[in-house]
Amino acid sequence: MLTSDTWTAVRLTAELAALTTVILLIVGTPLAWWLARTNVWWKEGVATVVALPIVLPPTVLGFYLLVALGPQGPGGHFASLWGARTMAFTFEGLVIGSVIHSMPFVVQPIRNAFQAMGERPLEVAATLRASPARAFWTVAIPLARPGFLTGAVLGFAHTVGEFGVVLMIGGNIPGETKVLSVAIFDHVETGQWREASILAAGMVTFAFAVILAMTLIEKRFARAGA
Amino acid sequence: MSASEGREIQASFRGIVGRFELDVGFVAPPRGVTALFGPSGCGKTTVLRCLAGLHRIQQGHCVVGGEVWQDATSFMPAHKRPIGYVFQEASLFPHLSVRKNLLYGAPAGRLPAEAGAIAFDEMVPLLGLEGLLDRSPEKLSGGERQRVAIGRALLSQPRVLLMDEPLSALDRKTKDDILPFLERLHGLLSLPVVYISHDLGEVERLADTLVLMENGRVLAAGRFVDLQQDLSLPLIAERDASVRLEAVVQGHDPAYGLLRLTVAGAQILVHGAPAPAGSRQFVRVQANDVSLSRERPQATSILNVLDARIVGSSTLGHDVNVVLGLGAQGEGARIVSRVTRKSWDDLGLHDGCAVFAQVKSVSMTGFRSPVS
Repeated sequence: MLTSDTWTAVRLTAELAALTTVILLIVGTPLAWWLARTNVWWKEGVATVVALPIVLPPTVLGFYLLVALGPQGPGGHFASLWGARTMAFTFEGLVIGSVIHSMPFVVQPIRNAFQAMGERPLEVAATLRASPARAFWTVAIPLARPGFLTGAVLGFAHTVGEFGVVLMIGGNIPGETKVLSVAIFDHVETGQWREASILAAGMVTFAFAVILAMTLIEKRFARAGA
Repeated sequence: MSASEGREIQASFRGIVGRFELDVGFVAPPRGVTALFGPSGCGKTTVLRCLAGLHRIQQGHCVVGGEVWQDATSFMPAHKRPIGYVFQEASLFPHLSVRKNLLYGAPAGRLPAEAGAIAFDEMVPLLGLEGLLDRSPEKLSGGERQRVAIGRALLSQPRVLLMDEPLSALDRKTKDDILPFLERLHGLLSLPVVYISHDLGEVERLADTLVLMENGRVLAAGRFVDLQQDLSLPLIAERDASVRLEAVVQGHDPAYGLLRLTVAGAQILVHGAPAPAGSRQFVRVQANDVSLSRERPQATSILNVLDARIVGSSTLGHDVNVVLGLGAQGEGARIVSRVTRKSWDDLGLHDGCAVFAQVKSVSMTGFRSPVS
């Protein structure tokens, strides 16, 4: 029904979204923790920078990323370490772009969850001799679980759906940077409407499942009172 | 839970908290309950948070059992202090079962064999938690939750127990269910307890030492029974001012259901269940229940008519608070009587005057092995 080229795009998209989500959970958790708990006056500045991709046209973000990842930018210098000229038009570059682009969708729910639990559970842990690290792993993380789930689902879904950034920094290299959204665009361009409509319907189903799953998860947590 | 070496608490905290100025200093004895008592918003909770290390005040000095927890140069973080803290709301971890909540702060591995260790298997029945261990905290009632919180704090093997109005979020009945637990704990534990309350009834049942606070300052500190009858302090002016007396059981009269007790300077009769002779009991006498007579009342229905002498008095509106020393010379325990100013004048009462105190009712406030 679908060409092997299309299947490659599906696999590549899943890989990109999974990797991006994992990286975002690792990078976003300490950032969300800091944003939730610090009192420095410039923290909302940092929060705003993190939130920028929500408002910016993806092409603008993509343009700056292209410059940054290109031969003249830091990405190019970095790429020269393994003898490449640029990080644009590579899978790695795409991962970096996706991480930045999807960051607010992961950081915000986790930050909200950390803020919602308040100071008290951590104070209780401290009075029970738990070090700050133990309190973080055994109290803060489990209590923020709904935030982590929401963040992970949103981050994954948003990465799957991104188009503008990919178009700017990804090019259209099959197996390397040709993800689903670009593939659909490609099919339409070349008149392959059947392929395009199958993929589009698949995306609709996926989006529906994601939002439904998230609603159900949130409902379950609300019932459990966590 | 045998006696271990107690720890005296020396604390002084000075600084601005929000828009509030705190300046307190007190010493809590190494055993027994020290109550921080005062109106809401007088800074009690802040003091307790400073003691726990949850709040770092500008100028703090805190030494517990010879160990410096805070001074001008050092500050021991909360998780390094051997404290147990019971918050106003139970604050159980919602993601853990009751059992895991109880054991969260318990030292890993085997319990230390050292004297004074609080064992899980002892604590659970004491607090009545047997049937609840595998439940989630959400499935507990308010009183059950607070009992778990108390057990959790104790199982972390604290050397000091800090309690911030642990009963204030509970209704009257639940409160009355938990107070006996606290009284029992009081007899069993050999560690100092700092207990915050704005409920005089609670303080009466639990406190040995009292730190009276007002507007971020200490008004007075000392033995609870001494402060209760201090004419210069607000306790005696409370509507239901009373004194607590330590009594020894002499015997029981089953025909009338009366317990014979002695307090310093007097013998009294109290309604009560039989108790072993020689056991100790706290009784409470309310100032409004004590009337005075200059002559021994004849043929009165009042059971307790006690020889006493007026040792102090102060006017309060149209009433006079009279501090009495029990016994013919006023050498015994002190009680307080509240009479009208008219009676005071008509009877020609004055300090040093010998009187008969008619005590209309005496209530027992629970058995307890007294401290100190």
